[in-house]
Amino acid sequence: MVAGKNIFELKDFSFYYGDFLAVKSVNLGIEARKITAIIGPSGCGKSTLLRSLNRMNDLILTSRVEGEVLFHGVDIYRKDTDVIELRKRVGMVFQKPNPFPSSVYENVCYGPRIRGIKKKSQLDEIVENALVRADLWKEVKDKLHESGMSLSGGQMQRLCIARSLAQEPEVLLFDEPTSALDPISTANIENLLQELRKTITIVIVTHNMQQAARISDYTAFMYLGELIEFGETDTIFVNPYNKLTEEYITGRFG
Amino acid sequence: MRWQTKEKAVERIVSAVGLFSVIVLLLIGFFLFKEAFFIFYKIGVMKVLFGMAWYPTYEPPEFGMFPLIMGTVAVTILTSLLAIPLGIATAVYIAEVAHHRVKEILKPVIEMLASFPSVVLGFFGMVVVAPILSNWLSPILSEHIPELLRSTGIPLLSTTVADFFYDKLFIASGLNISTAALMLTARAIPVISSIAEDALTAVPRTYREASYSLGAGKWDTIWRVVIPSSVSGLSVAVILGIGTIVGETMIVLMVAGGAAVIPYWIFDAARPMPAAIAAEMAEAPFRSLHYHALFGIGAILFLITFGLSLLSDFISKKYRSVRIGEKI
Repeated sequence: MVAGKNIFELKDFSFYYGDFLAVKSVNLGIEARKITAIIGPSGCGKSTLLRSLNRMNDLILTSRVEGEVLFHGVDIYRKDTDVIELRKRVGMVFQKPNPFPSSVYENVCYGPRIRGIKKKSQLDEIVENALVRADLWKEVKDKLHESGMSLSGGQMQRLCIARSLAQEPEVLLFDEPTSALDPISTANIENLLQELRKTITIVIVTHNMQQAARISDYTAFMYLGELIEFGETDTIFVNPYNKLTEEYITGRFG
Repeated sequence: MRWQTKEKAVERIVSAVGLFSVIVLLLIGFFLFKEAFFIFYKIGVMKVLFGMAWYPTYEPPEFGMFPLIMGTVAVTILTSLLAIPLGIATAVYIAEVAHHRVKEILKPVIEMLASFPSVVLGFFGMVVVAPILSNWLSPILSEHIPELLRSTGIPLLSTTVADFFYDKLFIASGLNISTAALMLTARAIPVISSIAEDALTAVPRTYREASYSLGAGKWDTIWRVVIPSSVSGLSVAVILGIGTIVGETMIVLMVAGGAAVIPYWIFDAARPMPAAIAAEMAEAPFRSLHYHALFGIGAILFLITFGLSLLSDFISKKYRSVRIGEKI
């Protein structure tokens, strides 16, 4: 892997909740325009690691970080980081679909409106583009002004993806995006991720190893806060280097 | 005793106690309307509701309640203008802005203030706020400022504006609807802010996360997500706050000035409905017209507050069904 291609570079990154060390000194590079999956058993720190990439962990009062997270070579934990700008460029989609209790249109508009875009025609265009990219346009184009909550679970999740896409992010972080969805909706989202990879970098945390094997280019395996193994997905799943990785992906623990 | 028998006995006792209080309340309501009916029957509904003169002890007596109703309306509007923004702002501060340690102290303090005896507030208004208004604020507003304005010689400012200050901002007595509104605000803020704070806190964390992850700042999140999604809870807070203001007796009795005339200006005195009942019930002869008229006021008051709580109930029910319908 060439270092220059990495959009994120974690250097000795540790994350504490109070006194609890949730992520231990992780070194990891995330390549641009690829899908990187983070797998591992519950509580291994994979979500924490993911949320560190756009500083969503800032919302937790007693958290503390050590080391660096370089985004385009600049540490995002520097004091002068514009967190708002960072989160615009590094979007996030959550485990449970969480549209706002407003219309489909307003959900997608949320980000652009905050950035001060007021022109109706411009907003219309952004909304349509984002929904098309999230593969939702055909299903909702006639109910743009109905509540986002009236959609099915899978549609809601794609709405949340569209909402993030409206910000034109460079990176999208997915925190177990399909764990609350049925198999068909899951397949839709997975296809969508493959499509999105062409334009943006994707980091996905998943419980579902098959999912990681199916869609990701690189896989990171974490255990008890440590990054045990990282490499190309094919290598990790076919010929893991570490004994723990092998045991986890063959289902001997988890 | 077999457990079934015990179970039955407990059930009977609990339902008897529950039914007893409900029946007592219903009977009070029935009594209120029965006693109130007579005045409307005797004088006429329109004459009572829209009559301009409240002279219950004159000969012949007059029972026009319109000045009293307008007293309540005026005091309620003035108080709402102060208490609703302040109460909601307090709630937003506690729920969203305050450091969690500050919040831990402030939240119970505000809730305790809701149980502050209103007679103390009334007393405070009487001996502190009213004199400040009439002895200190009034000379500044109606004498010093007009003098200053006139001396400037600027057209309009030295004439019209100065005259306005001179005429309108002279406070003849500190006991007026503004003082009442100030004290009622102190009474209503804790009510509004503690309910509103609960409504704001009940907004799911996932909404906030979504907002922050989209690059929204704290204020954007509060304005565009938290407040809109708790708007029904906030309305309930406002309505119950208004209910408190309408029904509050002691404060208006002590500081609203007591004049049974329609207040036309913020420094006019008024006799809101609860104050009229409290002040006059002791002197009204049993079963006299005056006595029935006071019950009539009580009935109107009851209908207003009942309507307000029905409304808040309706809004919160609607709110709840939306939340259950949520597919999250």
